[in-house]
Amino acid sequence: MNLIHWFTAPLQFEFMVKAILVSALVGVVCSALSCFMILKGWALMGDAVSHAVLPGVVIAYVLNIPFAIGAFVFGVGSVIAIGFIKAKTRIKEDTVIGLVFTGFFAFGIVLISKVKSTIDLGHILFGNVLGIADSDIIQTVIISVVTLVTLAILRKDLILFCFDSTHARSIGLNITFLYYTLLSLLSLTAVAGLQTVGIILVVAMLVTPGATAYLLSDRFDHMLLISMASGMFSSVIGTYISYYIDGSTGGCIVVLQTLLFLAAMIFAPKHGLLARSKQEIL
Amino acid sequence: MDTFSIDIENVTVAYHGKVALHQASLQLKSGTICGLVGMNGAGKSTLFKAVMGFVKPVSGRVLINGLPIRLVQKSNLVAYVPQSEEVDWNFPVSVYDVVMMGRYGYMNLLRIPKAIDKLAVRESLERVEIWEMRDRQIGELSGGQKKRTFFARALAQRANVLLLDEPFAGVDVKTEKMMIHLLMELRDVGYMVLISTHDLSSITTFCDQVVLINRTILAYGETSEVFTEENLSRTFGGSIFDLSRSKIQLTQTTQDKQERQS
Repeated sequence: MNLIHWFTAPLQFEFMVKAILVSALVGVVCSALSCFMILKGWALMGDAVSHAVLPGVVIAYVLNIPFAIGAFVFGVGSVIAIGFIKAKTRIKEDTVIGLVFTGFFAFGIVLISKVKSTIDLGHILFGNVLGIADSDIIQTVIISVVTLVTLAILRKDLILFCFDSTHARSIGLNITFLYYTLLSLLSLTAVAGLQTVGIILVVAMLVTPGATAYLLSDRFDHMLLISMASGMFSSVIGTYISYYIDGSTGGCIVVLQTLLFLAAMIFAPKHGLLARSKQEIL
Repeated sequence: MDTFSIDIENVTVAYHGKVALHQASLQLKSGTICGLVGMNGAGKSTLFKAVMGFVKPVSGRVLINGLPIRLVQKSNLVAYVPQSEEVDWNFPVSVYDVVMMGRYGYMNLLRIPKAIDKLAVRESLERVEIWEMRDRQIGELSGGQKKRTFFARALAQRANVLLLDEPFAGVDVKTEKMMIHLLMELRDVGYMVLISTHDLSSITTFCDQVVLINRTILAYGETSEVFTEENLSRTFGGSIFDLSRSKIQLTQTTQDKQERQS
């Protein structure tokens, strides 16, 4: 009885209904993409791109065009910059990534501070799903649909690209296209995630659910479903918890995701710590 | 099966200005197994990559049936099995999934397997005797079984040309024997196999032709003629290797060949 009340009480507020639905959608989309990110080894790239989109978001705001367009340009632009600097100098890749994304991010912060506007830096950095505007909801829905449809169509090609890009190339798949597709989806979902958990924590949405699922399954399709389920669960329950404790929504969502990961790390039937120590004893 | 050819014409490949393969020329024909012999870093993998179009030669070109590789890739004529060190063995795919990847080139955009694809995968897995392990995650296999899986993928691709880079490295004797037997069967129905290996003793048993390579092609031709102690010592000559000397020898071998032909 109490539990039902716990779930239904916040729903009398329209902003909570919106927040829960948007969080759930963003949770599903980010965690679907996270499977590809962690298998491709792109966690650091996800971190970089999600930060680098900031100036794009601000400029898009000033020009009054959708955030997604600005984010897309700067997200892809940052990766091109990373690739260029890596190829042309003697500096190692992780240094270049750290250097480029902080540069982009800092530029974005300067822009926000100088552009007199209603943009609230706090909302961009830490998310503001409880106060999300209808125009942002529409944008999030469009991004989500585009991402999910693209992943559904290209799922097998992208798996092959992550697993064995040499083979993908040898059978004539266009791996440059696949690379930029994955990169574009990353930039777009960074914007979607920005609405709920903010730029700082987007990378958690793009890494943690996939990592949790990876410990729980040896089949990609299972991993994808587990990841999406855990992402949606964390987003929805995290939003509820933030309502009751009156705390940061993004923080609650990511803490919950991390707890799920820790549980999987310890209790996963095959790859968990307990199962592993058992195997060693036997 | 139609006859076909690979022509490697004067191919030079360099990485960051450093020459890895110098003016390599080679003609390969269907119905042969050709062994590629050389030390680590002699340019074997580079030669494979040049044939696959993965590296762009500084000069020269590779033609498959007279066409550049880009036009040939989509026709599934060439299958490439690289060295397996680069594979992520924890990747959540099963043996069956991996072999099915060999069929993607035949499928529509969504890569939904048809009956013929499933049949090809089953036949390939049975040929390398790992059908029973089809549901295993690839990390749960032994070294030999791993190699068999990727070999099965190349078989499932139904390519007429097989490029195998060190397929016997880290493999048990039984697997090596089985793979050699399979390669000979494929040769007899007209396949062309280019295979690099460290195992010199087995080469004479199944390779019709041998290519000796050390930054350039030192010699190539029928195994019985090329696989001599003198040639091998040149191939494995180590640090005293000298590019200009090998070039002279290269022209000598081509001259020899021309004399033989005339």
